[in-house]
Amino acid sequence: MTPTLTISRLTKAFPGSAGRQRIQAVEALKQVSLTLEAGKRAALLGHNGAGKSTMMKIVLGLIPFDSGEVSVCGAHPGSPAARTRVAYLPENVAFHPALTGEEQLRHYLSLRGEDPRQAMELLARVGLTPAARRRIGTYSKGMRQRVGLAQTLIGRPRLLVLDEPTSGLDPVSRRDFYDLLDGLAAEGTAILLSSHVLTEVEARTDRILILSGGELVAEGTLADLRARAALPVSLLVRPAPGYAARLAAAFPEGSQDGDGLLRLACRQAEKLPLLARITMLGSAVADLDVIPPSLEDIYSHFSRRDGQ
Amino acid sequence: MSRILATAVCEFRIALRNRWVSIATGMMVLFALVLAAAGSAPTGDVGVDRLSVTVASLTSLAVYLVPLLALLMSFDAVAGEVERGTLPLLLTYPVSRLQILLGKLLAHLAILGLAAALGYGAAALVAVGSDPGALKGLASLWRLIWSSVLLGATFLGAGYALSSMAKRPSGAAGLAIALWLVAVVLYDLALLALIVTDGGGAFTTQALPVALLANPADAFRVFNLSAAEAVAAAGGIGGAAGAIPLWQSAASLLLWPLAAIALAVAAFRKVTP
Repeated sequence: MTPTLTISRLTKAFPGSAGRQRIQAVEALKQVSLTLEAGKRAALLGHNGAGKSTMMKIVLGLIPFDSGEVSVCGAHPGSPAARTRVAYLPENVAFHPALTGEEQLRHYLSLRGEDPRQAMELLARVGLTPAARRRIGTYSKGMRQRVGLAQTLIGRPRLLVLDEPTSGLDPVSRRDFYDLLDGLAAEGTAILLSSHVLTEVEARTDRILILSGGELVAEGTLADLRARAALPVSLLVRPAPGYAARLAAAFPEGSQDGDGLLRLACRQAEKLPLLARITMLGSAVADLDVIPPSLEDIYSHFSRRDGQ
Repeated sequence: MSRILATAVCEFRIALRNRWVSIATGMMVLFALVLAAAGSAPTGDVGVDRLSVTVASLTSLAVYLVPLLALLMSFDAVAGEVERGTLPLLLTYPVSRLQILLGKLLAHLAILGLAAALGYGAAALVAVGSDPGALKGLASLWRLIWSSVLLGATFLGAGYALSSMAKRPSGAAGLAIALWLVAVVLYDLALLALIVTDGGGAFTTQALPVALLANPADAFRVFNLSAAEAVAAAGGIGGAAGAIPLWQSAASLLLWPLAAIALAVAAFRKVTP
């Protein structure tokens, strides 16, 4: 099966200019390649300015690119064929404040050649029924985000491009949102989303892509990235009262704070032998915590390596 | 076509909410009634019916008011979408930029047409009310309405083009006002000054007709005055209308909207969200 989205060796530079002075061009994307199959969810992570939004706008055909190839559902990005199959949720989505949520969705439905009467049903799916007949100018940011989400559900898109989709949503809405995405992915929609909230991406996406300084520095499932980063595991050992000094003597490689709490770090493979050494101290140890590297740690590891 | 209509319906609704529909019709009705009241004195001796005289005065009003209303409605069309941040999402929909502009044009033309029909209609009612013979002038009233819509289309297209070229609505508004001043006010003043200095020479006979046809507002005035054979009732630049064949002013009136809309589409295609 051909992938829904194929990007190969995509390069994009913005002509640099500050006022009248021409400065050096900014390379927003450098030789980025990726493929996204139907039904897969990929999360795009990166700092501000890493090239996430630029890549999304190129996939949507909103801005041109310099070199490389991009194929969206087998068509050129931005072509009428691609646009009928792709839905987009921009970062900080905006609508005309004078329209009601229902009117705005009816308009979007008409533009996609769908029956405008589906508007209320779509608004119900994102939990906006009570506000459907109020003007969007009175909506909160989270409500506008839901209108934005509702318009992406029109007409079973083959590819969803979501730029920071959960910004402005409360935790419960976020969970509902990912439930919606799960349903779409199960029906075969490919989803490319960017996010700053790493913990939610962790559980709800099939693949993570890390962009840094315009380059794709890491790609894979969370387990892949965890293994490849090979970050140290932290162990926190709390001594029983009066045993702080003995603990420090037994583990000279660790660092101890004022309370006697001992912090140890080791590679994944050394974890079990280290645990065995700690348990051998018996009643000298009051408590023990094992802290695996967090997604934030893994993200920082990859995005710093080749980045700024 | 359904996408153009959907856009038009949406734009009309926005204009209704933003009170543009009421502002446009209100202005037209008010000015037309003032004109009808002011112009009721000199009838009788002119030898034409009352409505034709009213139409001649309405023509002079429309030359200023219709381009102004059209530019006021259109300057925000693209720059406003850019500033609100609604343009990127719209452009990812399966709708072409031409369709978007045509949809907006349709809505704005409907508003202008409504305003013109109600405004001129009010003035016509006053005329007919005081002179039943004025019904003879209905043809020129109808001509004034549809030619106003064509004039409006030209300035709407120009407004969309300026709106696409400017980065912000404030810049687009400035450009729109500048265009109105130049095309509607200063152009005629310059022509008048040239006529005066020329004193009936080569400029007045050769260049003036071309200059009048080259400006959509003047073409509109010339067309309506010469079609109504009411040249005598209008002074100033309008007096030159007799020298220009009707088909030429009609052609100018028809071609300008096409040129303006082509320019608007070309400018809108250059906008990168």
